[in-house]
Amino acid sequence: MLEGMLAGLTTILSLKMIMIVIGGCLIGTFIGMLPGLGPMSIIAIMIPVAITLGDPSAALILLAGVYYGAIFGGSTSSILINAPGVAGTVATSFDGYPMARDGKAGKALTIAAIASFTGGTIGAVLLMGFAPALVQVALLFHSAEYFALMVLGLSAIAAFAGRGQVSKALMMTCLGLMLATVGESSLFQMPRFTMGLMDLQSGIGFITLAMAMFALPEAILLILDKTRSKTPDQQQNEISQLRITKDEAKTMAPVVGRQSIQGFLIGVLPGAGATIASFLGYAVERNISSPKEQEEFGKGSVKGLAAPETANNAACTGSFVPLLTLGIPGSGTTAILLGALVALNVTPGPRLMTDQPEIFWGVIMSMYIGNVVLLILNLPLIPYIAKLLTVPRNYLIPFILFFTLMGVYIGQNNATELLILVGLGVMATVFRIGGYPLAPLLIGFILGPMLENNFARSIQLYDGISFLWERPMTGVLLILSLLLVCLPSVRGLLQRRRQTKAETKTV
Amino acid sequence: MTLERWLSLAFLAFCLAYGYAAFISMDAALPPFAKFSPVWPSSFPKILTVIGLILALGQLTVWHKSEPAGDIDRRQLGQYAWKTTAMIIALMVAYALLLRTLGFVFATVSFLVLSAMVLGERNWLKVAIIAAIGAFGIWYLVDPVLGIFLRPWPFVFYGG
Repeated sequence: MLEGMLAGLTTILSLKMIMIVIGGCLIGTFIGMLPGLGPMSIIAIMIPVAITLGDPSAALILLAGVYYGAIFGGSTSSILINAPGVAGTVATSFDGYPMARDGKAGKALTIAAIASFTGGTIGAVLLMGFAPALVQVALLFHSAEYFALMVLGLSAIAAFAGRGQVSKALMMTCLGLMLATVGESSLFQMPRFTMGLMDLQSGIGFITLAMAMFALPEAILLILDKTRSKTPDQQQNEISQLRITKDEAKTMAPVVGRQSIQGFLIGVLPGAGATIASFLGYAVERNISSPKEQEEFGKGSVKGLAAPETANNAACTGSFVPLLTLGIPGSGTTAILLGALVALNVTPGPRLMTDQPEIFWGVIMSMYIGNVVLLILNLPLIPYIAKLLTVPRNYLIPFILFFTLMGVYIGQNNATELLILVGLGVMATVFRIGGYPLAPLLIGFILGPMLENNFARSIQLYDGISFLWERPMTGVLLILSLLLVCLPSVRGLLQRRRQTKAETKTV
Repeated sequence: MTLERWLSLAFLAFCLAYGYAAFISMDAALPPFAKFSPVWPSSFPKILTVIGLILALGQLTVWHKSEPAGDIDRRQLGQYAWKTTAMIIALMVAYALLLRTLGFVFATVSFLVLSAMVLGERNWLKVAIIAAIGAFGIWYLVDPVLGIFLRPWPFVFYGG
């Protein structure tokens, strides 16, 4: 292994390669900031450039740089304008945006950068050590386990259910799952709930719904309530402050450590990926926090921001395990990378490590370098990026609206999608005014198709629902999700009982 | 009735319509051979309908709590800029409808200038210059650089 690592290091440690990593990270970060262009589309766009480089290691290193850059760029738009362009950064906006609204945009971006860096780096260490062994475990996961894993992912919604809000959160999740069934499902090849409209044939787009649930209601509320955002003068002092206090670092450290490992392990499973990892990371961290810290979640908690950011980066690294060792792409992005690899005459699979060690280890080494470069490049840029928020309201709001509309339009060239966006956005605003949480809707929508497909496949395999008790791992995962949903309510109930007891005693 | 309950009622109505499609019209369109499969396209929607109905009814009756703190203060609705908001939403709809006809650059500049003016900006020339630079810059990045098609100019410029 040491030999391989050295081979990788010699591949990457040349001026040309380092320039390629830097270039890739920069391109990825800037394009990734535009909502609507996620890592998948940016990598697809960069493939021709990578292929013209000729050298497979150089091409892969460029693409890996673009990938990391794009993920960080995506978090930026989630934090600054509540517009998550990629499913993996949806959870980042839960606490990142409230922090930015509090005037702590600089700090939020720094936390995101550090959490991403650590998640990615620890992920790379794990990848190096455990890749072959983990593949065997990942292959044990069948559709029944995936179904249970999606249910576990859905349990993240409990995190949005404050006191007396559980039923509302569940209702919104149900609505999200229902919206996900619109269109032609991959399993049945039959249009459902399209009402005869061609534009609904392929379902509601993820970006459309994400923008309609998060970015648009926020912009509309900013217009409605002039006192909602702080004035630029108020923000000026704090916004460019990057420094994380000692206490914040102390709260962050264990979260980052736990989520790097958890995120990586989820990323290894083909199909689960960064999205589930980030939702689960958020849910788990919230559940194991003290009741006082739990109150902070959703309002700008350091833990709530660090957890999904770490987990999604670690998961991205994890998703390279099945790609490099088995040639199975675990996510859309790695599928595109697989295409690039094949175009470059590299066949990923068990033999890659022995036949072309310089490529295998070169990619792993580029992950370290990419993460370091990203941190070095982005930390000095953060004050400038954060200053975007100090643009006067009359300019900022039209541009936020424009970016939201553009994110939905780019690549689809379908103006009807824009009308759907506005309609859903107005609906979402009304729901927000009514006090309904919107994040569960989006979580339901994202996990819905995977949940249904795996559920249907398991039923077909077992000719019924006996898989629920016949497969122990499925059972364990389902019990775990039940616990995640019920734990906060039970805890609250016990606390109230204790309080009433204490009150009766004092009386 | 509070807004919260109105929304539960709307969700109940949505569930009923969804359920009608799932339980009745969808199965009718199923090809005969597909009926032997243990799962139908309507299986998952049927489960969702039942869960949705339980949740909506529960929310309407038992679980309903007193008005929670939403994003705006519902006792003082008059202090919010409803008219401006309605105008901006109308502008977004107009942008969606006219984007193809007017082309990306022209539609975007008009949208940015008009919405800034609706929000109270007086210096329209400054907005127009910023908007033109922004719109052209984004178009340049997306179309010539990244290769994603985006028609920049109005239809008439293309002779059709």
